[in-house]
Amino acid sequence: MRKLFTPENNWTFLQPLLMSMEHCARCHTCSEACHVYEESGRDPLYRPAYRSEIFRRIYHKYIINGSTFSHGDVDLNWKTVSRLIELAYRCNLCRRCAQTCPIGADNALLAREIRKVASQEMGITSKECHDDGSMLQLTVGSSTGMNALVVKDNLEFIDEDTSEKTGIKVETPWDKEGADILLLHNAGEIMAWPENPGAFAVLLNAAGLSWTLSSDIAAYDGINYGVWYDDVQFARVAILHAQAAKKLKVKKIVIGECGHAHKALTVIADKVLTGDLNIPRESAFTVLHEIVKSGRIKFDKSRNDFPVTLHDPCNVVRLMGIVRPQREIIKAIVPENRYHPMTPEGIHNYCCGGGSGFAIMSGHNFSDWRHHVAGRRKFRQILEAFQGEPMDKDHPKYVCAPCSNCKGQIRDIIKYYEAWEKAGIHYGGLVELMVNAMVDAKPGYIDWEWH
Amino acid sequence: MTLISYVVIYLALLVFAIAVIARFIMWSRLPMHLRWELYPVAHEASRAHYGGSYFEESEWWTKPREKSMVGELKAMIPEIVFLVALKEHNPKLWVRSFPFHFGLYLAAAWAVLMGIHGFLAAVAPALLAGVIGTLLKYAIVASGAAGMGLAILGAVGLLHRRLSDPELRDFTTPADIFNLLFFIAVFGLTLATFFTVDRAFSKFTFLVHNLVTFKMEALPGSGLESLLPQASLVMLSLLIAYIPLTHMSHFVGKYFAYHAIRWKDDPNLRGGKEEAVIHKLLAQPIDWAAPHIKGDGKKTWVDAATEEVKRSKKT
Ligand code: SF4
Ligand code: SF4
Repeated sequence: MRKLFTPENNWTFLQPLLMSMEHCARCHTCSEACHVYEESGRDPLYRPAYRSEIFRRIYHKYIINGSTFSHGDVDLNWKTVSRLIELAYRCNLCRRCAQTCPIGADNALLAREIRKVASQEMGITSKECHDDGSMLQLTVGSSTGMNALVVKDNLEFIDEDTSEKTGIKVETPWDKEGADILLLHNAGEIMAWPENPGAFAVLLNAAGLSWTLSSDIAAYDGINYGVWYDDVQFARVAILHAQAAKKLKVKKIVIGECGHAHKALTVIADKVLTGDLNIPRESAFTVLHEIVKSGRIKFDKSRNDFPVTLHDPCNVVRLMGIVRPQREIIKAIVPENRYHPMTPEGIHNYCCGGGSGFAIMSGHNFSDWRHHVAGRRKFRQILEAFQGEPMDKDHPKYVCAPCSNCKGQIRDIIKYYEAWEKAGIHYGGLVELMVNAMVDAKPGYIDWEWH
Repeated sequence: MTLISYVVIYLALLVFAIAVIARFIMWSRLPMHLRWELYPVAHEASRAHYGGSYFEESEWWTKPREKSMVGELKAMIPEIVFLVALKEHNPKLWVRSFPFHFGLYLAAAWAVLMGIHGFLAAVAPALLAGVIGTLLKYAIVASGAAGMGLAILGAVGLLHRRLSDPELRDFTTPADIFNLLFFIAVFGLTLATFFTVDRAFSKFTFLVHNLVTFKMEALPGSGLESLLPQASLVMLSLLIAYIPLTHMSHFVGKYFAYHAIRWKDDPNLRGGKEEAVIHKLLAQPIDWAAPHIKGDGKKTWVDAATEEVKRSKKT
């Protein structure tokens, strides 16, 4: 833990870390903002400040020999350490709590620092994030386990399928040197939601953009799980992404519908990538918004004549300030009276409950906890957004979740609560909704019965 | 006794100044960190109201950035003066915390006004004989009495909440109680002095005048009349020295929490001045011991981030 407080080992987050170690008034204002705490029935264990307080006490007592009179006492033993690490994996790192702190303390950051010291020093982390996540990505190419051949093969199927569905010939360009855009998909989309990369290809081709995917290791998967638990793993993946872009001499990297990939490469990697690796990075939302504004593709709103609500992925919205482009796109492709915003929305939105890697975790009873506790607030928000609509399967409704992890989590809660069968609630990304309204495409791109 | 009081007060003020400056230096000397902003970012002039950022622009790196100082002030002033974030997110706490903090601001204004009075008495005594002097006297009485009264009220409220709310009890340290009691005791003593022997704070003003002009004269009068103002001022100075030594120094930290973290959204543009700093940071050695890093104190960040990664058998 001492290493966390040395500038060599932790220059990456030393200042924000110290800020939150030094300053907390223990006022619990942050508790009210946390969906995990609230939906757990206000279990004190899940107070945002609880794990932080234990961590702070250890720091003050054992690292800087501070007085327990001022900072409180705690015994350092394996039980405390292991429970603390476990608790750090009961936080979505959504930073909604940090928005409300009157002092500027950040419990999400501390949860991440706890995860970090556990991973970087002790090698303790979640299997899904590390062994089956970033390690797989760094060695095989993708956390999905797909190597370059498999991913190209899959994309070929997707192209064929999309061409058939839309009536538009689709071809995904690979390793096109000199393309303007290197598009980074979350490879989970390719496996679980092929209509998403398919829709991207349709839109980018129809708009006449010069783009490509890369088959280099790690570069056909935009994920970067290090952002949740490990700075070294984070840097390794970010560098591979940038190297692939450099090799293809693209003008910019565009990040597809994946929230943490957005934040990882655009914001966090900003102070890691330099020189010819410092290639401009942009959200797909702004690229898509430009396409809509340009009028290069015609959309027919009436094709999306069903209730739509929009989920704001924390990483893109609260943590990057991209709020309007996706709303402007929805305005252009969904009839006005069919759009039902969530409450609260935008930067104050609640996490889906799958943030920080939860969406890919399911060991032991974790899925139950994810459905019952972490994802419960989001599910309630979805139900509330559709209030007033007939709640049955004959009246389909669409939760637009433009982020792979959020989509995975929303898929799981919809399934768990049988929301499709009972209330006709379906989910998907933003590009699917766009292609669904595309005049030049055959109608019916959204497949309602598919889950 | 008087001399000791003056010396203690000077020392206490020195401790305060050194502690605050040291904190400023400590926070500003920390290395550049990875970006960790949180929206809304107040200097996003036309976007701050909904929490937008320059990332909403396509090819944002080619567009001029809006950075509004006015926007920052519009967010900072209400936050500092009225604690608006607390009011919005925790109104129950705000009704206690706001009077406490506002009382502190008024008490600080009281001290500054007495300092001004002391300064003017030394350099332009004629000014004090006129309207300015009268206004200053009223302002001193009003800010001192109201400030300390409000601060006591707030502190009692906060103490009551800490002791009676079961949700807060586990998180309360002895120092939290002590800090609030310290405020109540010191402001209580000062207010008691005001009501009993110094209704115009003139004795305090006299002492402050001496502090400003380094005169160290004894306070006229005897017994409690002389003892209470001195004791109050000494205790106030000890309180001032104590604040920056504790987590109550958050008034310094909060500035950095916003300007160096939450609102710190400056992009590292290719060829810009930040790249050289980043190179230096990345050249630092690490000794993280986990098997996937194997830092040995020689391996640098660059080495670790660019080496070939092998999956162990376990993985
Ligand atoms: S983190 Fe902030 S809001 Fe939460 S208890 Fe600490 S000071 Fe209060
Ligand atoms: S970051 Fe999100 S999940 Fe974690 S404590 Fe804060 S509000 Fe709760």
